[in-house]
Parts: sequence; C-alpha cells; structure tokens
Amino acid sequence: MSFVSFVVNAFYLNQKPVQHTVDQFAQVIRKARARKQPLRIRGGGTKDFYGGELTGDVLDTKTYSGIVEYEPTELVITARAGTPIAEIEAAMRERGQMLGFEPPHFGDSSTLGGCIAAGLSGPRRPHAGSARDLVLGVRMLDGKGSDLRFGGQVMKNVAGYDVSRLMVGSMGTLGMLLEVSMKALPIPASETTLCRENSPGEAIELMNDFAGKPLPITATCYVENRLYIRLSGAEPAVRAALGKLGGEEVRDGRAFWKQVRDHQLDFFRADQVLWRISLKSTSPPLPLPGTQLLEWNGALRWLDSDAEASVIRDAATRLGGHATLFRARNKSAGVFHPLGPALLKLHRRLKGTFDPDGILNRGRMYSEF
Amino acid sequence: MSTVIEASAIDFERQREVAAALRAFMPESSVMFEREDVQPYECDGLSAYRQIPMVVALAESEAQVQRILKVCHEKRVPVVARGAGTGLSGGALPLGNGVLLSLAKLMRILEIDTEARTARVQPGVRNLAISEAAAPYGLYYAPDPSSQIACTIGGNVAENSGGVHCLKYGLTVHNILKLRAVTIEGELLEIGSDGLDAAGYDVLAVMTGSEGMLAVITEVTVKLLPKPECAQVVMAAFDDVEKAGSAVANIIAAGIIPAGLEMMDQAATVAVEHFVHAGYPTDVAGILLCESDGTQEEVAEEVRRVEALMEHSGATLIRVSQTDSERLKFWAGRKAAFPAVGRISPDYYCMDGTIPRKRLAEVLRRIAELERKYGLRCANVFHAGDGNLHPLILYDANEPGELERTEAFGGEILELSIKVGGTITGEHGVGIEKVNHMCVQFRTAELELFHAVKRAFDEYGLLNPGKAVPTLHRCAEFGRKHVHVGQERFPDLPRF
Ligand SMILES: Cc1cc2nc3c(=O)[nH]c(=O)nc-3n(C[C@H](O)[C@H](O)[C@H](O)COP(=O)(O)OP(=O)(O)OC[C@H]3O[C@@H](n4cnc5c(N)ncnc54)[C@H](O)[C@@H]3O)c2cc1C
Repeated sequence: MSFVSFVVNAFYLNQKPVQHTVDQFAQVIRKARARKQPLRIRGGGTKDFYGGELTGDVLDTKTYSGIVEYEPTELVITARAGTPIAEIEAAMRERGQMLGFEPPHFGDSSTLGGCIAAGLSGPRRPHAGSARDLVLGVRMLDGKGSDLRFGGQVMKNVAGYDVSRLMVGSMGTLGMLLEVSMKALPIPASETTLCRENSPGEAIELMNDFAGKPLPITATCYVENRLYIRLSGAEPAVRAALGKLGGEEVRDGRAFWKQVRDHQLDFFRADQVLWRISLKSTSPPLPLPGTQLLEWNGALRWLDSDAEASVIRDAATRLGGHATLFRARNKSAGVFHPLGPALLKLHRRLKGTFDPDGILNRGRMYSEF
Repeated sequence: MSTVIEASAIDFERQREVAAALRAFMPESSVMFEREDVQPYECDGLSAYRQIPMVVALAESEAQVQRILKVCHEKRVPVVARGAGTGLSGGALPLGNGVLLSLAKLMRILEIDTEARTARVQPGVRNLAISEAAAPYGLYYAPDPSSQIACTIGGNVAENSGGVHCLKYGLTVHNILKLRAVTIEGELLEIGSDGLDAAGYDVLAVMTGSEGMLAVITEVTVKLLPKPECAQVVMAAFDDVEKAGSAVANIIAAGIIPAGLEMMDQAATVAVEHFVHAGYPTDVAGILLCESDGTQEEVAEEVRRVEALMEHSGATLIRVSQTDSERLKFWAGRKAAFPAVGRISPDYYCMDGTIPRKRLAEVLRRIAELERKYGLRCANVFHAGDGNLHPLILYDANEPGELERTEAFGGEILELSIKVGGTITGEHGVGIEKVNHMCVQFRTAELELFHAVKRAFDEYGLLNPGKAVPTLHRCAEFGRKHVHVGQERFPDLPRF
C-alpha cells in the first residue's frame, strides 16, 4: 500500500473506507522509518486544530475501523482506532451504556483513536473518570512498526508497565493506536440540569462545596454568570438532590452539555485565542484579561484572551496546573505547557524508546521531538 | 515457592564501603547491616522467598532519599524500595548485594485540603491513616486494600493496589493526582499536577504499578471523596456458583455499578464463618455480597433492584443489612478471608489472576480439577465485580514436596487466567513471584519495550532489578524447563 492510497482513503468520509491490515500499516511505518520520512497519524481530522505543527505524510487510520468486541455485562468495549466515536456511542447506547468520559467530538468524523491520542475528556470527567482512567488496553504499532499489546480487556491488570494509559494524550507521538479497550459505564436512569446565577467567586466555592458532599452531580459549568449543574442517577435520588440544591431546571439540559463538550456555545468562536487551563479546583477566578468558562468543579478553565502566553502560563503554574494553547492561529508560544528539565529529559528518552527515529507526529506535542 | 532465588552471600568489604558512604550523611542508627538488625527485612508478605539485604537504609527525608540514590548510582549498588512489606509478590524482596531503602519513617500527613478534597502525604503513611485523618471532614481515600491498616501509600502506588470498592471508585491510579519521585540519579521528578491532568506524557500512569522499578516515590497527593450518606449490603447465597456468576452479570446488565461486589466459594465461606461468625450460611456453594452506597434515595432504590435480581438469578437465601453494624459484620467475614484460611491450614498461597467474569464457572471447575490433580485444597475469594480472582491454595510447607506441588498448581492457575483472556495479576503485582509467567503473557517485542521504558528512567537497571519484567534469557530458560508453556502454547489467543 502506498502513501497515496492512504491519503486517497481519507476522502471516503461517509462510507467505510477499504480496510487495511495491521501488516500493511506496519510496512508503511517501516518504510517511512527507513527513509526517515515523518508520518502524520490522522483519523477523522477533527482535531487537526489541536497541538503543534502537522508534518509528514498522512497515515490514515479510518481504514482500520470497526467494533471488535462488545460485552455489555463485562463492561468492556474493544474497537479499532479508526472507528467513528459516534458509531461506538450508538452501539453502546443500544445496550444502555456509554463512554464515561463523555468524549468531545469536535465534528462528525471523530474517531476513537483520535479521541484517545488527544486524551481530551468532556463534562463528566471529574465524576466518572477521564479517557485515560477508562482505557483498559491497547494494541499499537510503535515507530519501528512492531505490533504490541498492553493491558487487556479486564478491569484490573497490573502485569507490566501501564503503557496503555501512557498512550492516552500522547498525541500520536509514541505510536499508532490500532485497537483500544475501554471500560463501559451504564447510562444513568435519569438526568436533569439546574441553573443559578452567581458571581465567579461564588460559583467556584459552590462547585467545590457540592463536590465535597455526597450528591449525584455529574457535570458543572459556569458561563456568563450562570452556574449549570447536572444531576444523574436513579430518579428519586435526582429529585431529592434537586430539592437540596435549588435553582431553576434547564429545559434542554442534554443539548446544553453537548454544546459545552463540543465547544458550540457562543463563548467558543473559531477565530479566538483559546487557552485551556487545568489547575487546582479551588483556585480563585484568574486575574487575567479576557473571558472565562469554567468546568470540572473549577479544575478546568477556558480562557479567551490575547494576554501574553508567559503571563497565562505563570498564572497556571502558580496555581499548581498547566496551560494549553488550545485554539489559535499563531502557536509560536508552544501549544503545551513547557516541561521542567528533568521531565523533559525523561520525555525525550521515552520518545526515543517508542520512536527511535522520531518519525511519528513530529512536533505535534513539543517542538523538541 | 521454596526459596527459589539462591540466597546470595554478602560481600563484607563492599558492605562496609556502602554503609560508610551512607553514614556520611545519615545517623548511624538509620544505616544497618548487622544480621539481627536487617533480618526483619529479609522478606515481604510472600515469605517463601527470603534474602538478607547487604545494607538497610531508613530514609528520614526526601533529601536523604536523593543522596542515598546518588551514592548507590555512583557505586552501582542496586536498590530495593520498601514500604510496609505487605506485598504479596515479593516486590520488596531485598538483594544480597543491594541496599534496602525503607520509606517507613516518612510517615507524615503534610496537608489535608478539605476544600479541594486532596491530601498530600509522605510515602510511608499507612493507607487507613489517610482516611482516618480525613474523616472529621466527611472525606475519605477510596482504595481500601484488605491490608489497609498496615500497607503504605507508597507501596499502594507502586502496586496500583485495589480494594473491595474499586469497581465503583477505581484503583490507586484513579485516585492520585500528583507524585514526587526521585530517580536513581537522585533527580527529583514532579509528576502530575494539582489539576485533573498534567502537561506531557502520562508519567503518573507509568509510575503507578511500576513496582519500585522506575523511581522512588517520596510524596503522594491523593484525591479524597465525600463519605456516602449511607450504605447497605445485600448478602445472597447460591447452591451453584454458576448461578452466582449469572447474578453478577444480571446486576451489571441492569445498569448497576455496586460499591462492592464480592463472591466467596463454599470452602472460603465455611472457613470465614467458623472464624468470625459473620452470619453466612455454610451449606451453600457460594455467597455474594453486594453493597450499595450513596444518598438514602439511591441506596433504597438500588437495594430493592439488587434483591429482585438476586432472587431472579436463583439465590436460595437473601439478607439485607438493616443496621450499619450488621453491614460491617457481613463485610468482616470477607475482609478476614485470608486470615480465616490461614487458620485452617498451616500455609496458604494467594493467587491473583483477573478473568473475564463470564468465564468464572469454567475457571472454578478447572481449579477443582487441579485440586484433585495436585491433592491440595483451594478456597476461592473473588472480586466478582471486576473479575479479580484470589484462589487460596492450602498447603503445609513442612510436608515434603507440598511447596513444589503448590507452586505447580499456582502456575497452572496463572496460565489458565491468560488462556481465558485475563491476566496473571490484577492487583498484587508481578514481583519475583510471577516474573516467569510474564513470558507467557507477553511476547518478546513487548518485554523488550518494557525494558526500554525502564532504561529511560534507570539506565543501569539499579532499581529493583530482577523483578516484574523478565529478561529474555530468563524466558528462554523458563520455556526450556517448562516445556508445556511458552508462547507457542496459545498462538490463536488474543493476548490483549
Ligand atoms: C493480608 C493481606 C491482604 C491484602 N489485601 C490486598 C488487597 O485487598 N488489595 C491489594 O491490592 N493488595 C492487597 N495486599 C497486598 C499489599 O498489601 C499491597 O500490595 C500494598 O500496596 C503493599 O504496600 P506496602 O507498603 O506493604 O509495600 P511493600 O510490600 O513494602 O512494597 C511493595 C512494592 O512497592 C515498592 N515500593 C514500596 N514503597 C515504594 C516507594 N515509596 N517508592 C517506590 N516503590 C516503592 C517495593 O519496592 C515493592 O516492589 C494484601 C496483603 C496482605 C498481606
């Protein structure tokens, strides 16, 4: 299979493209390695905007697609990396289950591999776990084209280092995901969303206060002076919590959280400079210019701001966190928060372990590799 | 399981040299090498393996850990970190040419942030001590291994330990935010963040469960959860383990994730009942304990549904705890399963495979056949919710040959776990005990990658060498001695 056919396959967006074998992918990687030719691993392309520069020939994962195994009573689903996330969610919904981390899609063609490689999680994350929390095992090709399996299809597994979770959020710089096994969670029996008006300071305090109480909260978001809280679970439990928390019930809560998840609220605009700041949940409102949207009980802050990168990053560091330049035309400040020297050294060595010639998604995470 | 490692002799000159180098910056009493002083460190919870360490160093600060590791790095002395030594796979087994680095003195709780619901603790803090310190604020640390009175948080991170509540609340890896860890070169790594994720690769995940092979953990920031408003447990008895197994599947299929879901077979139930009188029926094939926690409303609803599902699945007896003391009594039995079995047999050997739940009945049948084959009894305790099976093989080390038979029995259980699509260890780690069976679970390319990951942290292989990941040479040896295993054995299996 040539590079060209991989690229051509990317055009068959709406039908399942001709499938390739693991061996064919491995060969592409081996050939590229021999020629020191960088490769750019790509699923639906919905996250092309995310991360550092895009270099190399496209290695299209959509040609490795399909649910491999789904056992609702084992709470495990295994699918090929090129499977559309929507297809997985639909299959799970039919059996009353879901991906607990509420993966952001950022578009219809979003694939499982892309979701896992980007490692992003949606509104339910503080309550049900992140993408990395729910990954149980992977099959992957490293930068040498070796076909490797780590973890498994069982809930608990401590044999060997946890390479499966290392792959989550590594932006394709360590290998091409082939298959991913994920823990499945039941869809809550009932769900409702509350809304109340608060100042940013009050909202942060309330979210943390509620999170410290046994309440069936599964998402929080603060935007434009309003605090939104989602409650999920057994009907009587949700009703009782409604009574305790007060506030107005939102009519179409489900649509609201989908908009939060996929950045479709008015707060998010394609032409903005958008920062993703992850920090201690109790941190006070950030004294930075621009507007903010809060999630995850205050542990995640989206900032629309033209402030200097260094100012934003210093603020995040001071509050025990890190700042990602999530969406911007000019990414010269670097997308991901700079690493300290000891960690950077370790990252270089890990990258060298998985991808000795540095051909996979070069520069997509840090310009150093 | 006899002392499989040849106990190696100590090089006294080297011992004096290393001890002197450490005493240059540590109090004399914290650097030990006299036999009676170091004997208590000769094994962990897997006591069939013993080795006197060359030197024991009791670190009292992170700075000391850094200096100890620098000295060992310079002198190329291997180092084994140790928490409380409750590990069940020989992970903290010392080396006759190495330093045993105890973190047990680092036992301060540095900070409890009640607002952000986190605790920052030193590695030698006991698991239960964290929940005790958080209790006044209505918070607790969720992972609760049965050894929680004794085991340390450093050891928990190194093993990625679980507990009876981990189906709903996760393992150690899901409940920690940040680590400070020292590399063998003495360099301090700050891993994770005070937020819910960190920049760069997920080094936190790689460190968790790494069995002291990558770096020495000197501080852990854990998440604290609000204590549930209430909890109730349903105890159900079955006249057939297959029915108990399908009850578990039915509960999960109904969309319930119980706070705990445990199974014991008849042998375990009887041993436990005679030991702690938890109120279990003894004339049954097995029992299930299913706990619901949450708000009053959630628990009432879930317990009602669980009861109905148990009945529908053919339970012969169902009891629901009516008071908290009754709930604790039901759990006391399960939590005392290991000591209860220890009481009815001079020795027992605890296995730790995880299997897909649907294969449970088949696996238990096969274990019963193996009991006959080896002439040894086996009691089974099962974290049924997540498929983690603990067969406890009963034996008497003083009977000639029993130890060897036990080991062979255990080996077959490990292979069985792999064969049905599971893993050789769910929570106790590979350590020294299961290192050979890593050759069955993983292929050469994967083992090579593990070694490369280790080299990325520890170039000369000085941290806990010989544990967790077998050398390819060792696998070849194992394959030769153990002809019916090896990777050709199950070529068609998805080894995923
Ligand atoms: C009766 C009994 C019941 C048990 N029940 C459970 C259970 O329910 N669930 C479960 O998961 N386990 C259980 N265990 C196993 C054991 O308690 C856990 O593995 C525990 O986490 C070990 O902690 P420790 O402090 O004793 O570690 P140790 O035994 O001292 O060490 C374990 C491993 O961690 C490494 N290590 C220790 N501290 C550090 C550090 N600071 N930095 C780097 N590496 C370090 C050691 O080198 C070793 O490889 C049980 C054990 C017993 C004896």
